[in-house]
Amino acid sequence: MWREQLPALAIAVPLAAAPIAALLKAGRTAWALTTAASGVSFVIALLLAGAVSSHNELSYAVGSWPAPYGIELRITSFSALLLLIITGASSVALLAGGQSLDAEVTPVRRPFFYAAWLLALGGLAGIVASGDAFNIFVFMEVSSLATYILIAGGSDPRALTAVFKYLIMGTVGATFYLIGIGLIYMMTGTLNLIDMEARIADVADLKPILAAVGFVTIGLVLKAGVFPLHVWLPNTYAWSPHIVTAFIAACSTKVSLYVLLRFDFMVFQGSLADHHLQFSGFLMPLAVLAILVGSGVAIVEGNLKRLLAYSSVAQIGYVVLGASLMTATGLTAGIVHMFNHALAKGTMFLAVACLATRVPSLRLENLAGIGRLMPWSTAAFMLAALSLIGIPGTAGFIGKWYLISAALEEGALGLAVVAVIVISSLMAVAYVWRVAEIACFRAPPGPDTATREAPPQMLVVLWVAALANIWFGLLPGRPLSLSGEAAMTLLGQLQ
Amino acid sequence: MKLFGLYNYWVFALLLMIGLYAVIAKRNLVKKLLGLSIFQSAVFLLYISMAKVEGGTAPIIQHAGEPQVFSNPLPHVLILTAIVVGISTIALGLAVVVRIREEYGTIEENEIQARDRDR
Repeated sequence: MWREQLPALAIAVPLAAAPIAALLKAGRTAWALTTAASGVSFVIALLLAGAVSSHNELSYAVGSWPAPYGIELRITSFSALLLLIITGASSVALLAGGQSLDAEVTPVRRPFFYAAWLLALGGLAGIVASGDAFNIFVFMEVSSLATYILIAGGSDPRALTAVFKYLIMGTVGATFYLIGIGLIYMMTGTLNLIDMEARIADVADLKPILAAVGFVTIGLVLKAGVFPLHVWLPNTYAWSPHIVTAFIAACSTKVSLYVLLRFDFMVFQGSLADHHLQFSGFLMPLAVLAILVGSGVAIVEGNLKRLLAYSSVAQIGYVVLGASLMTATGLTAGIVHMFNHALAKGTMFLAVACLATRVPSLRLENLAGIGRLMPWSTAAFMLAALSLIGIPGTAGFIGKWYLISAALEEGALGLAVVAVIVISSLMAVAYVWRVAEIACFRAPPGPDTATREAPPQMLVVLWVAALANIWFGLLPGRPLSLSGEAAMTLLGQLQ
Repeated sequence: MKLFGLYNYWVFALLLMIGLYAVIAKRNLVKKLLGLSIFQSAVFLLYISMAKVEGGTAPIIQHAGEPQVFSNPLPHVLILTAIVVGISTIALGLAVVVRIREEYGTIEENEIQARDRDR
């Protein structure tokens, strides 16, 4: 009975908790409420992930209005995986981050800050749970507006200029998406994604549909931070509160990629002639450039958080690259890499938050010898970094292994793709080594050389996250099977 | 007359480009937000235009015995939501500009960049 309500509860729990958090006076109670709501959402996501399979998608008619007239929530394997990433990242970041956020957010702002966090969580969950194109737009804006507040909620004034740029570019991206679905609605008369897929075949060769494909793709590529539309991303990640970075770096761009893949494969791919050119001729070159440029800039970047942000630009490239191969293995690789990258990068940003409790500036030269001052935080950072590089036995390896397998199925072009993956992995070794060399092999500056770690609560959560990188590297199990099912669903039209 | 019949859509495209130009070319942050507002308004026009049915009225009163044509109400409702989203975005953007003014003492993009470089 109550299980049928889970898709709606995944959105309703954080959204309902948000106004309560805003009304609370004490920051500590607001934190507790937010963490509890986030934890409940995580449990809901786990239950949903257990319930779905490629033959069993959960559909929920909001207000009992049947689709396609009412708004439909639809949980597929793909959305269940994304829900796990979103709610998991939020819960881990909040559990670890109470003290770190107390240091960065002024007491007056704290209740509103946590309310914004819950709105961002509810919005992101709404995007992946919804099966209605316009509904997705609304949730996209709910989560974006709340994310802007989270980013600017800290004390660094540079976050303000970063968030302004993000606000402008994010709004342009969302508006492009709105134009796209408007044009599709004009031609098909429906906003329900499943219905749209069926009806678009009749009008597939008309100009407005082609324009709509362009608008939807560019809008979502902009929101997802795919190169060269990633310019909002590095500063946003760098100057927002550390815990916020851990949360948004793990999930926000991936949610836009989810919408992009869902549109491209489930709505457009089956009906539009030559739509595959969008992947081979447009997205794949961008993905390759993202991987090479992102990794290249990360090698020379001097600020640790910006370095990791550019690494994220490269990792988004991997996901798009896997998808643009348009095979079951390629899509599985891309989707499982979303999960594994969220795990690795989330852990790394959490470790950065731990380091930041001791060092005032995250420029690399200020981190000299930090490995001796904060051994546990640094070790967790390095463990996650190994996962980011893709060392066998860590989570990051699974995605790269599948990606290389998928590329090898492609023949000559595939070899070039493999070369790109290998080169960029070596580049990842280079930028991680730069951090490792400075952190572990240089003498700490100044007289204060006593070991003083981050608060124990942060460390425990950080290490749980770091060990999860190993756990999912040795036993990829459920994330991998969910990704495989998601790939089959996406490709369903093509087989 | 086909070209004239699509006149709403020409205005949509024109407004869209004016807005986008202002967002990209203007250095003043408030002017950028005004551009963004024009950009979003263009989309409202697109939705309202597609809902119009020749000779249609608001779907409120059905006169008995008279055949009546109604405009499509759904895009109107959708765009009502999008207008609210647009207002929130501009309001939040302006709030950020106020905070930038407090921290940097200016709302000109190049001056802000110069200050960030000095940090």
